Amino acid sequence: MLQEGRRGPAFWLLGGFFVLFVLFLYGPLSTIVLLSFQGPDGGLTFPMNGVSLNWFRNLFEKQAVGDFGGSFLRSLILGLMVMVTTVLVSLLAGLAFRRRFRGATFLFYLTVASLIVPSILVSLGVGLGFQIAGLPPAWYSSAFGAQLTWTLPFGLLIMFAVFNRFNRSYEEAARDLGASSWQTFSNVVLPIILPSLIGVGLFGFTLSYDEFARTLMTSGTFNTLPLEIYGMTTNVTTPVLYALGTLTTLFSFLIILAVLATILILRARRARRAAA
Amino acid sequence: MSEAATTTTMPGPDADAAAPAAAAPAARRGASARSIASYLQAAPLALILFVFLLIPIVTIVVVSFWDYDFARIIPDFVLTNYREALGSSVTWRTYLNTLRYAAIVWALTAVIGFTVAYFLAFYIRSATMQMVLFLICTVPFLTSNIIRMISWIPFLGRNGLLNSALIHIGIVDEPLEFLLFSDFAVILAMVHLYTLFMVAPVFNTLMRIDRSVVEAARDAGASGWQTLWNVIIPLAKPGIAIGSIFVVTLVMGDFITVRFMSGGQSASVGLMMANQISLLQYPAAAANAVILLITVLIIVAAIIRLVDIRKEL
Repeated sequence: MLQEGRRGPAFWLLGGFFVLFVLFLYGPLSTIVLLSFQGPDGGLTFPMNGVSLNWFRNLFEKQAVGDFGGSFLRSLILGLMVMVTTVLVSLLAGLAFRRRFRGATFLFYLTVASLIVPSILVSLGVGLGFQIAGLPPAWYSSAFGAQLTWTLPFGLLIMFAVFNRFNRSYEEAARDLGASSWQTFSNVVLPIILPSLIGVGLFGFTLSYDEFARTLMTSGTFNTLPLEIYGMTTNVTTPVLYALGTLTTLFSFLIILAVLATILILRARRARRAAA
Repeated sequence: MSEAATTTTMPGPDADAAAPAAAAPAARRGASARSIASYLQAAPLALILFVFLLIPIVTIVVVSFWDYDFARIIPDFVLTNYREALGSSVTWRTYLNTLRYAAIVWALTAVIGFTVAYFLAFYIRSATMQMVLFLICTVPFLTSNIIRMISWIPFLGRNGLLNSALIHIGIVDEPLEFLLFSDFAVILAMVHLYTLFMVAPVFNTLMRIDRSVVEAARDAGASGWQTLWNVIIPLAKPGIAIGSIFVVTLVMGDFITVRFMSGGQSASVGLMMANQISLLQYPAAAANAVILLITVLIIVAAIIRLVDIRKEL
C-alpha cells in the first residue's frame, strides 16, 4: 500500500471492488430507465418489446395513474420549505454553538438523537400528537415538521464541520477594521461559508423530496410524490411506474448537478478573486 | 458539497468556546449580550426539536398506556398493550427476525463500506479524483429509496435479467424463485440503500489518519496486512461505530424495504407497527414503538461503550 509510483495488485483488487460497488449502486437504476421506454405492449421485465414514449405519455393522463402532477407539486413546495428552513435554522444554530451557552450539550445530544430515533416512530408520534390536539395533519404542517427532524441534524452537523475549519482571524481582521458584527457576518463570514450553505440546502431539499416513512402518517389527505409512487407499486403493473421513477430520478440528478455546478463556480470565482 | 461529505466531523458543542474567558470585567456586558444572541440563534432549532421530536415521543409513551377499541383510542392507564406485545410469541419472533436483518446487513455494509472507503482514502492520490469518486458514491443517497427498491424488479424477477443470464449460461434450468420477494431480496436492498451510511463516516475517519503513522508502521517492517489490521482498522473504529449506529438504527426501524422486497412474506418490528397503525390500533403500535426505541437505544449505548466516538463528534 501507499507505494510511490507503481500500482500494486492491491490497487487493482480494491479498484475492481470499487467498480463493482458503483455498478451495484447504479446498475438497477439504469435498467428501469431503459425499461421505461418499453413499447406499448411491453411488460415490467426485459425483453424490450419495441421502443416508445408511450409510458411517459401515459403518466400525464390524469386518470391513468392517480394524481401525479398534484403530488409532484406538493413535494416540490414541501422540499423548498424544508430547504429554506433547514438552511436558516442550521446556520443560526451553527453560529450559536460557536460560543458556550447553557443547555448547549443537551441541545446537541437532542439533535443527534433526532438522527437515531427510527423514522416510523417520529411519523407515528407526530401523527398521534396532531390527532390528540385536534389539529388536522397536512403535508405543510405535520409532515413539514416531521421531515425537519431528519434534515436539521444533517444541516447542523455540516455547519459544525464548516465552523470547525473556519479561520477566526478573518472575523477579527474585519472587526479591527471597524466592521459591525452584522457587517462582519454578511461581508466576511457568509461569503466564505456560502458553498457549504448551498450543500445544506441540497441535503434539505432532496431528503425531503424523497422522504417516505416520516411523511406516511403525517401528510393528511393529500399525498406527496413518494407516497403516490408507493401507492402505485401496489396497483400499477405496467412500465408507467418506471417512467415515473425515471422522471423523478432525472429531476433529482438535475438538481444535484445544478447545485454542484453552482458550488464549483463560486469556488472558482473566489479563487480568481484571491489571485487578482 | 465537500463539506457535506464530511458530516460526521464536528467540534463538540463546547470545543472552541473557551477562548474569550480571560476577557476583562468591562467586557462582561458584551459577553452577556452575546450569550443572549446564542440563545436566540439556538431557539429555532430547540423549538422545532421540542415540538416535532420530544413531544411526539412523550405522546407515544403516554398513548402506549391508553386503551382502544375498533374505532377510537381511549385515554386510560392500562398495561394491556405491553402485556399483549411482550406476551406474544409473534412479537418475539419478529424482534429476532429484525435483529437478524440488522446483524447481517451490518456485517455486509461494514465490510463493503470499509473496503470502498479504504480504497478511496489510501489508493486514490489526487484530492479532486477522491472527491469525484466519493460524490459518485453519495449521489444515490439523494435519490428516492422507493425507486431504488423498485429498480430491483427487472433485475431479480422471475423473468428478470439475473435469471435469464443464469439460464443462458446454463447454471440453472428453471428460474430461481427466491431472488425477488424473499429475505435475500430484503437484505440485498438494505445493503444497497444503507451502505452509503457506512462509507461516509469511515471515509471521513480514514482521511484524518496521519499518513506518517502508516509510514512508520511500514518502516518498522509491518506488511500491508499488518498495517491494515493493527494500525488503520483500530484508528478507523470511531468511523465504523458511527456508520454502525446509522445502519443498525435504519434497519431496526425499517418497514418499507421489508414490506416491498419480501412481498409481505417476512416481518419486521417497523412492519408490525405499520400494520397496527393501518388497523388504527395506535396504542398497540405505540407500545411497540416504545419497545423498539428502548432496543435501539440499548444497541447504540453498547456501540458507544465499545468504541469511544466522542473524538469524532
